[in-house]
Amino acid sequence: MTPLLSLAARSAWNRRFVLALVVAAIALSTLLLLGLERLRQDLRANFQQAVSGTDLIVGARTGPVQLLLYSVFRLGNATNNIRMASVDAIARHRAVAWVVPLSLGDSHRGFPVLGTGTGYFEHFRHGEKQALRLAQGRAFAGTPAGLYEVVLGAEVARRLGYGLGARLVLSHGDGALAANDHADKPFTVVGILAPTGTPVDRTLHVDLPAIEALHLDWAAGAPLPGQAVSAAAAAAMDLTPRRVTAALVGLKSRAAVFSVQREVAAFRDEPLLAILPGVALDELWDVVGLGERGLQLMGGLVAVVSLAGLVAVVLAGLNERRRELAILRAVGAGPRQVLALLALEGTLVTAAGVALGALATAALVAGLGPWVQAQYGLTLRLLPPGSAEWRLLGAVLAGGVLASLLPGWRAYRLSLADGLSPRT
Amino acid sequence: MNAPPAADPVPAPALALHGVRYRWPGAAADAIDLNELVLAPGDTVFLRGPSGCGKSTLLSLAAGVLLPQAGRVTLLGTDWAALRPAARDRLRADHLGYIFQQFNLLPYLSVLDNVRLPLRFSPRRAARAPAGSAEQLLAATGLPRRLWTAPAGGLSVGQQQRVAAARALIGAPEVVIADEPTSALDEALREAFMALLLERCAAAGAALLFVSHDARLAARFGRVVDLPAINRAAGVAAEA
Repeated sequence: MTPLLSLAARSAWNRRFVLALVVAAIALSTLLLLGLERLRQDLRANFQQAVSGTDLIVGARTGPVQLLLYSVFRLGNATNNIRMASVDAIARHRAVAWVVPLSLGDSHRGFPVLGTGTGYFEHFRHGEKQALRLAQGRAFAGTPAGLYEVVLGAEVARRLGYGLGARLVLSHGDGALAANDHADKPFTVVGILAPTGTPVDRTLHVDLPAIEALHLDWAAGAPLPGQAVSAAAAAAMDLTPRRVTAALVGLKSRAAVFSVQREVAAFRDEPLLAILPGVALDELWDVVGLGERGLQLMGGLVAVVSLAGLVAVVLAGLNERRRELAILRAVGAGPRQVLALLALEGTLVTAAGVALGALATAALVAGLGPWVQAQYGLTLRLLPPGSAEWRLLGAVLAGGVLASLLPGWRAYRLSLADGLSPRT
Repeated sequence: MNAPPAADPVPAPALALHGVRYRWPGAAADAIDLNELVLAPGDTVFLRGPSGCGKSTLLSLAAGVLLPQAGRVTLLGTDWAALRPAARDRLRADHLGYIFQQFNLLPYLSVLDNVRLPLRFSPRRAARAPAGSAEQLLAATGLPRRLWTAPAGGLSVGQQQRVAAARALIGAPEVVIADEPTSALDEALREAFMALLLERCAAAGAALLFVSHDARLAARFGRVVDLPAINRAAGVAAEA
């Protein structure tokens, strides 16, 4: 096989310009397949890392995926709020270590605003149980004096160009209407969080009473005419929240998670739902997985098309190579060796394309990783190919070998028919 | 060194065709129908014939690439038809050197690699070609040494034919078949090529079957055979 291998390599090199196009096509489809796989895995990892260290998420009764979407990913809206009294009741449960209330609904220039307590910075975890870290400044004070303080997620600060001490105005709802601005109660930036690669980066964090203060003079989603309460006056009032959107719950022992979940579900005062973040994340991923499989299918189709290109190019070039095949026959190559030569050529071309595609994927991940992280908050990891990647690479390579048997077979037939005098 | 298989007391002919008929698939008439053509070891035979008298077909039969519908073609006493396809390829690689009319070389290999090409396919010839044989054969062709490592595609037609002769002779095959190897050469080159080929065949003790329509070359050979005269195939005699 070795003499044939070097012959195949030299022959292919002789036609390198045409074959380079095929190599490029195979490299592109490999890039697409590997890139999608990388994206899929990292998307999943990013999803899984959005929340950790929280045993239960409690909200109004709805679907687990929906509760996860609005409480963790800040996507969509809560169908209903829950009473603060219910949250307090859960906090008093003997198995519960801590509770962090979450209040959502306001925004600032498209970024969601989260009303919560100082406990959020203490208990919230992401990734491998990593705590939130302040890149600059401090957390909001959690006192009436520090009512109008805001802590920014990394992306919010970067995209909007806010530094410590910047003053900003929150909007009611999604901020689509200028009339819905809480213009009378501006906030001051006191802290900026380090990037986490999770929805926290896109969130503005304020103290829960501040949310109450903003809405003192509001009813049914609009300011009440003639009842404006000034910022200073509001700070002096009782701002104990009556309703929140959801709550993160940490338990003293994870073993109690299912019993607490059942107890929350059976809560008597109002209908509640408690979800295990990990389980809900898996469910959410199943929903997303459908589109993901569609992408994989597309990648597979592109690979098939590029292999068809390989077959077309090698077949088209075969007629000009009948002389070459006759020479090989004359020096003793059998038709089977001619077949092997063509199959080897296809294999070499495919292998080169696959290798190039894998390198290009690595280069792209390395080169575009920081940009993707900045633009989309998605962390792409540069990893050696795992089993899924090896399977994809192997599939493309096997496809290439199989596809090049076709021109090999044709060359076999030709060399049998031509003998030593090709009739070209 | 060109002794036939040891068990045979009488030397087997290098190449022999007996009662051979061949018709191309779908053709109306035979292309080859000849009674006998035998080359003893070391024979040099000039096979004369105009284009279209079945020369290429005859050579494909002699080289075991085609098998006749009737009769026997033997190389060193072995009947091509008795062998499986892979064994035919092996026999050809081991004992036969072949020179085409032109385009003999793989353009992407160097001149030296082209000369050594048969050694890749035949361990026997590789064993019979000591290190330096390719260089020796090339030196005999008079091809400038600086061209030896150059890609064969850049050589002139005359140079390519000389390299082809060197390739046909490497590893001392018992039979060399040349199919109009001089038709693309001008007179001066033709003379030089003929001298080289005959001299190298004689040195190696190889039998040479040389096909050409150019009767002027015939005088250099041990024997001259007129193909139209021995080929009874219909439609060919008229042309002779």
